[in-house]
Amino acid sequence: MTPSLPGGVERRDFDGTTAIATQGHPEYGEATDGQYRRWNPHRSKLGAMLALGMDTGLEADQKTLYLGAAAGTTVSHVADLGGPTYAVEFAPRPARDLLSVADHRPNIFPLLKDARKPESYAHVVEPVDVVVQDVATRGQARVAALNRRFLDGEGRLLAAVKARSEDVTADPEAVFEAVVAELRDHYELLDTEQLDPYHEDHLGVVARPLE
Amino acid sequence: MTDGWFAGLDPDDTTAAAERVASGRADAPEDWPATAVDAGYTADTEEYYERLRAATMEATEAAVTERERADDQQLVHAVRAMADCERTANELAERVAEWGGSRYGEAGSGVGYARRIAEGEVGDGGESGDRALRSLAERVVDVSEEADELRAYIERTAPAVAPNLSMLAGPVLAARLISLSGGLESLAKQPSGTVQLLGAEDALFAHLRGGAPSPKHGIIFTHEYVSGTRREERGSAARALAGKLSIAARIDHYSGDRRPDLQRELDERMERIRSRGGDGE
Ligand SMILES: C[S@@+](CC[C@H](N)C(=O)[O-])C[C@H]1O[C@@H](n2cnc3c(N)ncnc32)[C@H](O)[C@@H]1O
Repeated sequence: MTPSLPGGVERRDFDGTTAIATQGHPEYGEATDGQYRRWNPHRSKLGAMLALGMDTGLEADQKTLYLGAAAGTTVSHVADLGGPTYAVEFAPRPARDLLSVADHRPNIFPLLKDARKPESYAHVVEPVDVVVQDVATRGQARVAALNRRFLDGEGRLLAAVKARSEDVTADPEAVFEAVVAELRDHYELLDTEQLDPYHEDHLGVVARPLE
Repeated sequence: MTDGWFAGLDPDDTTAAAERVASGRADAPEDWPATAVDAGYTADTEEYYERLRAATMEATEAAVTERERADDQQLVHAVRAMADCERTANELAERVAEWGGSRYGEAGSGVGYARRIAEGEVGDGGESGDRALRSLAERVVDVSEEADELRAYIERTAPAVAPNLSMLAGPVLAARLISLSGGLESLAKQPSGTVQLLGAEDALFAHLRGGAPSPKHGIIFTHEYVSGTRREERGSAARALAGKLSIAARIDHYSGDRRPDLQRELDERMERIRSRGGDGE
């Protein structure tokens, strides 16, 4: 039994294949059908987590802090769910594209900040229901630990862990094990699943902060 | 008790708010929307989010623009420094060659010859003249290696500053074009005819004074699509390349989108130019 999709995400038919979709302004050449646009799981790790049926606990209108927003591909779908969406990215080039995604969505707050320095945005970001993390950089467990402060006990961490970002040469399984062990110091892990065939050597994590 | 980004601000001053978003700090988040309403900064939560959005958009826009600008100027410095190092290394290498020829009777040239002296393969004598010459040769090698380091830096950074221009021109030529026009913004504003002649200013002035033929290309001659095209077609090749490079520079400056299509369009255009008349070579 796969968990139901979050409010605001629907299964639709695109050219004969069923895929998840949200309603909003198209941003990255995704297939559209009226107001609906396909949430391409190959382009989005959160999309892959949903397509794989992981129980993310996402709901419409939740407050979200998104770490590693890049050009806003996934952020655009999260913002389509309606809640205030704080989008943190530290590289200027993709942040330029993120700004145009935000132009179409009044609920995105773009922040050019380093996710390893939460004190540089805690004066702007309020406590949220969900932290989505996709930073693809070394020290992913540490980024999750540092941003634990934005979640209360009921909140969720939805993280995509990229093995190669931690260690290009190590066996991905070993990397995941180490990252998961480090995450357990700060979070209770509710579900983990590898994101293939959509993303090679990525682990999807659903977690709840420890008290 | 720490302050939110809005503390003490005039609600109508978006620029001050953006500045605060950029540089403020707090250890932990708080219910900022409620705090702002309590403090009278906004009437309600809806208005809070509107102001927050205006402030974060402005702050991010300003920070991105500033960082991009800084990056293109870094590139300009690096490419000029690389040219200085190459020129200096070559000049000194000629001096080393002359000196070496007089001492050892061997006529070498260039940085390679200086390297052989520096490594003791040529004239490994112990007299003070040998030592002085070897020391100079070592400097030549150092300066030449510095030029290589700078080239590597340019190859790493140009694709981030100007992705499309670097894709079409290669990172070093992209950096040279940016440098010759003073920055990515001014390059983006040049007509393509000017881009075609960047670096050929001397030849252009000679032509304008009368007598000299009009130049067909400047620094873009170093691109294989110009230098590797038959002489009769080079003018067309230079014009076509300059046209695409201008478009690339504009996209890089104004939107930053990556446009892989540009490469295919350029390749096709060159294919047509090169296969006109002649034997295609
Ligand atoms: C894999 S991409 C994210 C893709 C994006 N989540 C999406 O699905 O549309 C990773 C991004 O994280 C950013 N990043 C890496 N380290 C970061 C940090 N410490 N703080 C903020 N962003 C970071 C990178 O610049 C890059 O844009």
